[in-house]
Amino acid sequence: MSRYEEMFLRLHQRAEGAFGGFLMLGDPDVATSAALLDALVEGGADMMEVGIAFSDPVADGPVIQAAAERALGAGVRVDDCFGLIAQFRAKHPAVPVGILTYANLLAARGRERFMTDAAAAGADSILVADVPSLEAEPYAAAARAAGLDYVMIAAPNTPEPVIRRIAELSSGYTYCVARAGVTGTRDRLALDHDQLFGLLREAGAPPPVLGFGISTPDQVGEALASGAAGVIAGSALVRLGADADGLRELVLAMKAATALPGSQEEQHGRFA
Amino acid sequence: MKHDGRFGRYGGCYVPEILVPALEQLEAAFLEAEEDPQFGAELQELLATYAGRPTPLTRCRNLAAGTPARIYLKREDLLHGGAHKTNQVLAQGLLAKRMGKRRLIAETGAGQHGVATALAGALFGLETEIYMGADDVERQQLNVFRMELMGARVIPVTGGGRTLKDAVNEALRDWTASFPETHYLLGTAAGPHPFPTMVRQFQRVIGREARAQTLEVEGRLPDSVVACVGGGSNAIGMFSDFVPDEDVALIGVEAAGKGLNGHEHGATILRGSHGILHGTETLVLQDSDGQVADSWSISAGLDYPAVGPEHAHLKETGRASYVGVEDGDALAAFQALAQTEGIIPAFESAHALAHALELAEAATEETVIVVNLSGRGDKDMAQAVKLLKGAEA
Ligand SMILES: Cc1ncc(COP(=O)(O)O)c(C=O)c1O
Repeated sequence: MSRYEEMFLRLHQRAEGAFGGFLMLGDPDVATSAALLDALVEGGADMMEVGIAFSDPVADGPVIQAAAERALGAGVRVDDCFGLIAQFRAKHPAVPVGILTYANLLAARGRERFMTDAAAAGADSILVADVPSLEAEPYAAAARAAGLDYVMIAAPNTPEPVIRRIAELSSGYTYCVARAGVTGTRDRLALDHDQLFGLLREAGAPPPVLGFGISTPDQVGEALASGAAGVIAGSALVRLGADADGLRELVLAMKAATALPGSQEEQHGRFA
Repeated sequence: MKHDGRFGRYGGCYVPEILVPALEQLEAAFLEAEEDPQFGAELQELLATYAGRPTPLTRCRNLAAGTPARIYLKREDLLHGGAHKTNQVLAQGLLAKRMGKRRLIAETGAGQHGVATALAGALFGLETEIYMGADDVERQQLNVFRMELMGARVIPVTGGGRTLKDAVNEALRDWTASFPETHYLLGTAAGPHPFPTMVRQFQRVIGREARAQTLEVEGRLPDSVVACVGGGSNAIGMFSDFVPDEDVALIGVEAAGKGLNGHEHGATILRGSHGILHGTETLVLQDSDGQVADSWSISAGLDYPAVGPEHAHLKETGRASYVGVEDGDALAAFQALAQTEGIIPAFESAHALAHALELAEAATEETVIVVNLSGRGDKDMAQAVKLLKGAEA
C-alpha cells in the first residue's frame, strides 16, 4: 500500500478528512525550511505538499511567487530540495510527501532522472503544474517507473474526457482546485464541487483533495462537507513566513476542522 | 485540441489544466476563421486600408555598393504602427471579437507589442490591459504614454526580474482566471499551442509578398532571406513561404548582445538548451537546474530568454541557420542604413541588416539578399541619442 492509501485508510477509520500543508522548500533558507516542515507535522498535518521553486511560476499567485523568489534568492538548488525531503522522510516515515513543481525543472535534469531522484529522496508523488492532461502521458509513465504517484489537477471547468484521462493516468490523490485562477487565499470558496467530485468518483479517479484558496478552519469544514477527501492549504501557510509557532497553531486549528460529521463519513468512505 | 502543436520535438501546450479550455476555444476559433472567407476578407481589408499592405520591397541603392550583392528590404517598418506586429494584432483582434471577448490582455517588453495591442483594442472597441515589467515601465515612459493615449491601461509587473518574461507570466496568470471574457493577445510566435502556429499564419503574409516581389524584380528567388529573431514572429512570417524553396538560405539573426561568450545576450538558439517556458517546449537560456536566465540585448524586442518552437525545429532540421550579431554591429548597421539610404530601422531589424551586410561583404559573386526590415527606429531614438551622442561627447 502506498503512503497515500495508508493515510486515507487511517483517516477513514478515524472519520477525518486529510489535511495537507504546502510549503516552498528552501523558503526562506534551507535550515528554516526544515524546521517549518516539522512544525506542520507537529500541528497535525496528514500530508505534505512541497514546492520546488521555479523562476517562472505561472500557476502561482503573489504569495507563493514570493516564496519561490526567496528560496531562489537564498541560492537554493534542486539538490537542496531533495536533501530537505530526505531529511523529512527520515524524521517522519509515515507522512506522504508530494512534490509540486514546473516542467522546465524536469526538462533540465532529465524527466526520468528527476523522478528517480525524487523517489530516492523519499517523495511519494509529483504534480507538475504546467503539464496538463494533453501532455501528461510521458510524465505519468516516468513517475510510475520511478515508483512515484503522479498527481493531476481537476477543476470545475474540467471536461469529462479529461476527468477520464486523470482517472487513467494519475494516482495518489486528485488535486482539485476551488476555482479558475492561480494559487492564493480566497475570502470565499466556490463550492460547486459536488458535480466534479461525482464525475471523479464515477471515473474511478484517485480521492479528491481540494486546494487553491483554503485558508480558514471553516473553509476546511466546508470543503470536506462538499465531498472532498482532504484539503491542502498553501498560501495561507506560506504567508506566515518563518513563524513556526504561528504555523503550528494555524495547522492545529485547520486540522481540528477535518473531523467528519456522520453523514459525510459514508460519502468519504467511497474514496478510501 | 485538434492538433498537438508540435514542430518535431518542440512546441506543445504546457499550461495549467485550467487554462486548456481557453486554448481549445482559441484553436477552434482560429481553425474556423482560416476556413471562413468572410474573416479572410475582413482581415484583408484591414491590412490593405488600415495597416498599409502590401509593404514595398526596396532595393538598397547605396548600402552594399561595391559588393556583388543586391540587398532588398521588406518594408514592415512602413506598416501602420511601425512594425510587423500590426499584421497579427489585427488578426487576433478580429478573432477576439469573433469569440465574443470584451477584453484584451498582452505582455510587452519595451512597449512595441503593447502599442500594437492598444491600437487593436482601440480599433475593435475592446478594453485593453498591458502587462509590462516595472523596470520597463520606468525606462519606456513614451511608449507607456502611447498605449494610454489609445485607451489601454498599463499594469507594471513587480514580480520576478520585472521585465518581459515576467510580464508574460503575469498575463498568463490573469488569463487563467479571466479567459471567459478575455483574449490573451500574445505578441510573438511562441507560447502554448495554438499561438506559434496562429501567429505564423498571421505573419506569413510578409514572406508571401516578399517572395512574389523578388520574383518580379529579379526574375528569380533570392539567395538568402534574413530576419531577426526575438520570439520569432517576423522571422517565421518571412521564412514560411520560402521553406519549400530549398535553394533559398533562411538565416535568423539573434541578439549576441555584449558577446556570445558571456551571459549578456539573447541568443537562445545559439546558446540555449532544451526546456519548457511559457507553455512551449523549445530552447531556453537557463542554468543547469532549469531556472530561466535573464537575457540581454540593446534591442528590447530581442531580449527574450526563449524562442518560438518552430525556429528550434528549423534549426534542428538544418532548414534554417541562426547567427548572432552583437550590440555594436547592430548599432553600426542602424547608422549605415540611415546614412546611405535615409531609412532608420528598429534596433531589432538592424541586427538582421548587420548580418546581410556581412554576407554582402563576403560575397564573391552576384547574390540577392532579402532582409526583413521588421520595424522603424522611431521607438529607439531616445536610446540611440544616448548611445551615439553619449559616445561622441
Ligand atoms: C521591430 C521589431 N522587430 C522584431 C521584434 C522581435 O520579435 P519577433 O522575433 O517576434 O519578430 C520586435 C519585438 O518587439 C520588434 O519590435
